[in-house]
Amino acid sequence: MSAPLLWIFLPIILAGILLLVRNQKVIALIASIFTFLLTLAGWLLPIDTAIKIGTLTFNIASSVDILGRHLILNSTDSSLLILIFGSATIWFAVTPTLITARRMVSLGLAIIALLVAALAVEPFLYAALLIEMSVLISMPLLEVPSRRPSNGLLRFLIFQTLAMPFILFSGWLLAGIEANPGEIGLVQQAAILIGFGFSFLLAIFPFHSWIPLLAEESPPYTVGFILWMFPTVTIFFGLGFLDHYAWLRDAPALGIILKTAGLIMVISGGLLAAFQNHLSRVMGYAVIMETGASILSLSLGGNAGMNIFLMLLIPRFLSLVLWTMSLAILREHSSTLLLNDVRGLGRLYPYATSAVVLASLALAGLPLFAGFPPHLALWDRLASTSLPVVFWALIGNLGLIFSSIRILIAFSSAPDETRWESRESPAQRIVLAIGFLALFLLGLFPQWAQSLWTRLPGIFTHLGN
Amino acid sequence: MAGDVTSILNWSAFLMALVTSVILILHRNWRWAIGLLALQYLAVFLLIQTHFPISMSTAKLVSGWMACVVLGIAQLTTISKEDIVDSWPQGWIFRIFTAGIIIAATFALALRTSAWLGISMSTSWGSLLLIGMGLLHLGISSQPFRVILGLLTILAGFEILYAAVESSTLVAALLSAVNLGLALTGAYFVVLPREERQ
Repeated sequence: MSAPLLWIFLPIILAGILLLVRNQKVIALIASIFTFLLTLAGWLLPIDTAIKIGTLTFNIASSVDILGRHLILNSTDSSLLILIFGSATIWFAVTPTLITARRMVSLGLAIIALLVAALAVEPFLYAALLIEMSVLISMPLLEVPSRRPSNGLLRFLIFQTLAMPFILFSGWLLAGIEANPGEIGLVQQAAILIGFGFSFLLAIFPFHSWIPLLAEESPPYTVGFILWMFPTVTIFFGLGFLDHYAWLRDAPALGIILKTAGLIMVISGGLLAAFQNHLSRVMGYAVIMETGASILSLSLGGNAGMNIFLMLLIPRFLSLVLWTMSLAILREHSSTLLLNDVRGLGRLYPYATSAVVLASLALAGLPLFAGFPPHLALWDRLASTSLPVVFWALIGNLGLIFSSIRILIAFSSAPDETRWESRESPAQRIVLAIGFLALFLLGLFPQWAQSLWTRLPGIFTHLGN
Repeated sequence: MAGDVTSILNWSAFLMALVTSVILILHRNWRWAIGLLALQYLAVFLLIQTHFPISMSTAKLVSGWMACVVLGIAQLTTISKEDIVDSWPQGWIFRIFTAGIIIAATFALALRTSAWLGISMSTSWGSLLLIGMGLLHLGISSQPFRVILGLLTILAGFEILYAAVESSTLVAALLSAVNLGLALTGAYFVVLPREERQ
């Protein structure tokens, strides 16, 4: 038994089997239990250590060799596996309450396995190819049946595909730098290529246009899953670069570049969200803003920056699940998700509409919600280095808050004679209520998620330690 | 003598890449597009075989042609009369003009790239030309089939350049898998809307 077999190959095999099953509830149940067991395994099973159960002794090896290359998952990676598979459990467990594509769970499982493989592969340049494969697998998920592929979907494919050559070529240059560390020219070329590669992968301005388009045109819940998995794994992949190369980590310009990119994303995401008339597009811009906040936190460097980055993950995940689930519920009953078409729905779908507003406010970092503690820590740290940066970051967050208020007004502007009722199914109500509770509780007691984000820096040798 | 033959072969391959990529931009008929893409992969094979063993270069050629077949079958099974577009479309002056700019720009870039990577001018220009033409494709068309052609052209150009610096079998295999994956995605984009309508 080896760790890559458990967390990479088994999910791929199960994904293939689940493609043959027709009942969506059965698929979701099997995948949820499976990913939950993998989360537990990440938590409980030590890697590369003999485990004794009664008379039986076995060992989970950390590495598998394929054609001379290695897939390595160490015991330090367990917290990342818990994050990825734990979040997947929740994404999959919610699907039976919604009308989603049957293949979402099976292909989603394959995407997760390939993304984990991208983080595990050595040499790391192969990760670009694995990420590209997971992008290709996600195409059937994001396509709306009976329509020609949307512009957002095509742009997503184009930008992610363009990232691959940059990452591959930078990998070659980085190998050259390792051999000749004094070559300034090579260092600059590699830095530019890495910059372009990650700008495409993370949808950093000006390569962000696919996110709002995709959010508007594709099924909301599936988009939420993609917008959670890809940026999260890509940022960890990028952090792996920083951890591996001291010249990159210690480059004086790195902090400035990250700060500028992050700030532009926060401002543009927040301000553009404020003027959107489509609920899904607001969500798309909020995701751009959040990715910007993550990059901004990493620009701080050291333990503080890493901790804030990790603290941002759980609130983002909860908000995205809640937001996209609610959008999926509303989408089932409304012709479009334009503000004009969802006017007054607050009285018919009180849970779903409240979830949209609360999730957006949580992402904006409003007090009492899960997003507040990490955002406060970010603003506090940024203020100690530059007040104008905090001012502009707050402008971005205010843009999202303004957008949330516009949405709230639209939901609540129902004719007086409209009766209050709840058209969500009981299962949807329960899931949304649990989501509200989690958003509030993590806002009041952020230390509850601490065990995860204190263990996560262990996956890096130099960063955050 | 052997060097001269290789050089002539490389320049012939470059010319083939130039002609096919330019006509691919101009011609709107899908049958021509598939045929030109197949010829483009032949040019890629000829340019790559100076850096790769012949077996690996052939594998690239075969995977490229398989991608063409996948796209061709998808088009063949779904084509209807309204999809047959005039072969000499509007805006062709603009297309020729932009293609000319790309040829000139990539020539300038290729001079530096060939010196930097230590590869022949024909290889570096051929590679950059395909990348440029692929980007032009993406810039002027939003049709899924054309977008896939553009992405395949970019990857073909990149593979020529990358073959000069990285000779790993696994990378080559995975790149071929990505090419085939893109072709399958393109076929899916072409086939699915019509299947649902039926």
